[in-house]
Amino acid sequence: MKIVQHGDHRRLPAALVLGAGVLLLALSFVAGSARGAYAISPLQLWNVLLDMLGGSAQPTPEHLVFMNIRLPRLLLGVAAGAALGMSGALMQGLFRNPLADPGLIGVSSGAALAAGMTIVLGSLWFPDMPRTLGSWTLVAAAFAGSLLVTMLVYVLSQQDGVTRVGMMLLAGVAINALAGAGLGYLTFLATDEQLRNIQFWLLGSLGGARWSAVALVCSVVAVAVGAGLALAKPLNAIALGEAQAALLGVPVERIKRFAVLLTALAVGAVTATTGIIGFIGLVAPHCVRLVAGPDHRTVLPGSALLGAALVLAADSVARTMVKPAELPLGVLTAFVGVPFFLLLLRHFRSRL
Amino acid sequence: MNARNQTDFLPLAGMLEVAGAGVQVPGRSLLQAASVQFIAGQVTAVLGPNGAGKSTLMSLLTGQRQSSHGHVRLAGKALSAHAPDELARLRACVAQETQVAFEFTVREVVELGRYPHRRKPSLNEADVVQQAMQATAVEHLQHRVLNTLSGGEKARVHLARALAQVWAPSQDQAARWLLLDEPTAALDLQHQHRMLQLVRAWASAQGVGVVAVLHDLNLALRYSDRCVVLRDGQVVGSGATADVLTPACIQEVWGVVAHPVLAQGGAVGTRQYLFEAPVQAA
Repeated sequence: MKIVQHGDHRRLPAALVLGAGVLLLALSFVAGSARGAYAISPLQLWNVLLDMLGGSAQPTPEHLVFMNIRLPRLLLGVAAGAALGMSGALMQGLFRNPLADPGLIGVSSGAALAAGMTIVLGSLWFPDMPRTLGSWTLVAAAFAGSLLVTMLVYVLSQQDGVTRVGMMLLAGVAINALAGAGLGYLTFLATDEQLRNIQFWLLGSLGGARWSAVALVCSVVAVAVGAGLALAKPLNAIALGEAQAALLGVPVERIKRFAVLLTALAVGAVTATTGIIGFIGLVAPHCVRLVAGPDHRTVLPGSALLGAALVLAADSVARTMVKPAELPLGVLTAFVGVPFFLLLLRHFRSRL
Repeated sequence: MNARNQTDFLPLAGMLEVAGAGVQVPGRSLLQAASVQFIAGQVTAVLGPNGAGKSTLMSLLTGQRQSSHGHVRLAGKALSAHAPDELARLRACVAQETQVAFEFTVREVVELGRYPHRRKPSLNEADVVQQAMQATAVEHLQHRVLNTLSGGEKARVHLARALAQVWAPSQDQAARWLLLDEPTAALDLQHQHRMLQLVRAWASAQGVGVVAVLHDLNLALRYSDRCVVLRDGQVVGSGATADVLTPACIQEVWGVVAHPVLAQGGAVGTRQYLFEAPVQAA
């Protein structure tokens, strides 16, 4: 690999990094299509894709498996990884802190609390809900929970009409702790079966991918990622500090509100369908920054691509390691992501 | 010391003006009824002891702080009535200290100065950035990560960013401004002079208005046309620097005895001072 030594740091050109991101995503998509409880060979996959394009749907087993089970799952994985990766980059840029992640503003803990309440108390308090909302009950509750808690953190960080990001950070930590305690209380109340459901939800899974949900989540994430890319230049300026950015003409307040909104919608929609997928939001932006430098015009799309690739890679392993059973995805994202991260850290940061 | 300077006749277009402006925070007043006019094409030094209100005055001029009473006007129009985008193309500011997050290189930081011009870029943006780095002698550092540089080098990078921001005259020829809060604080002796020579040249050759907070009165005497002296949140003197900065004024405001000496060499005739160490309190 050709690496440009740039004074203090080796960096790869943005085009190369984004190209590599696309390639990585394509590879993990193909690998993810083929592997699973029902193996589809690359040749079979090719035939299925040709059939699809030709419009003649052959009811072969591999066609059925791919179209009804694997493709929605892969698409949900792409959406989840892209949303988490890009939102992580947005939050780190906004907080000017490389330790920030989407969970910081309460998106995940809100979803988790609402999911826990639905699992434990839902049947008790709202016995009619599963009948009216069906399988959407948990998803809708978790999405509402993530939006509500994020809104609470956002409102708590308002002071004199300005969003104080330092305050938002602390409010986020506090509210996350509160939600964690609430969830803890729910696990105390829960039956063994409910407890197991909560636990699995907290570890995340793409197993719930149904076309209806996938279509919805993918559209939300596509819009959010597209809109998020427009924040690249303002976020670069915000690296100088909010005051300096404002002096450069950046509408800082609007950027903050927009970044929080996009994160809440994208990560909220994803988390509601998949449960909590940790680690991607924190690590994908770091990896891109290590390789390409901190310019958000590369970091935002790069984190979305890498996040998606990492989730697909982790999910392929989750589906095949103990097949026909499945490992929880949240376990695998760390297993796949950490070595990748450490490798980049060693390779690109020889000075540390 | 004359508290009010004679108003020279100048078109409002070239004026940044604070009129009866005050800033109050709970329990105390940071600046009281300050009235000062800054003129484009001149270097104005903002002087005064620590805590006199220099940075407060600067934050009024940059628009980061709103005055509790009085007005701040640029080109005859309230500062707050200018669109932030338009303002960013007219005036650039360097803060006392700017912490840059992440590992941006020097060049990337200077490029951020061009942010306000992103919709209507100049014909050669890269040249502007390059020349701004040359002007403050940081070109050789351009691929270094900013946060690995020394304090003085960082200060020069941020000045280059400010220069890049207001590099060329705007289409309507409105006056441009450089607002610098202690620009020389971290610089070595040579670079202190170089930086002030540079902004001095921008003022006289390009008509840019320069407002700089300085602590070194000799630098102020040498490089500023006018000065504003603050003490305890009040303007206690303003006008031509050589007129205002008399030994009596220095004694009164800073409590330091100043002996005038005449500078040798290039700036013959510029008054400079030798300062006596203040008597230690018993």
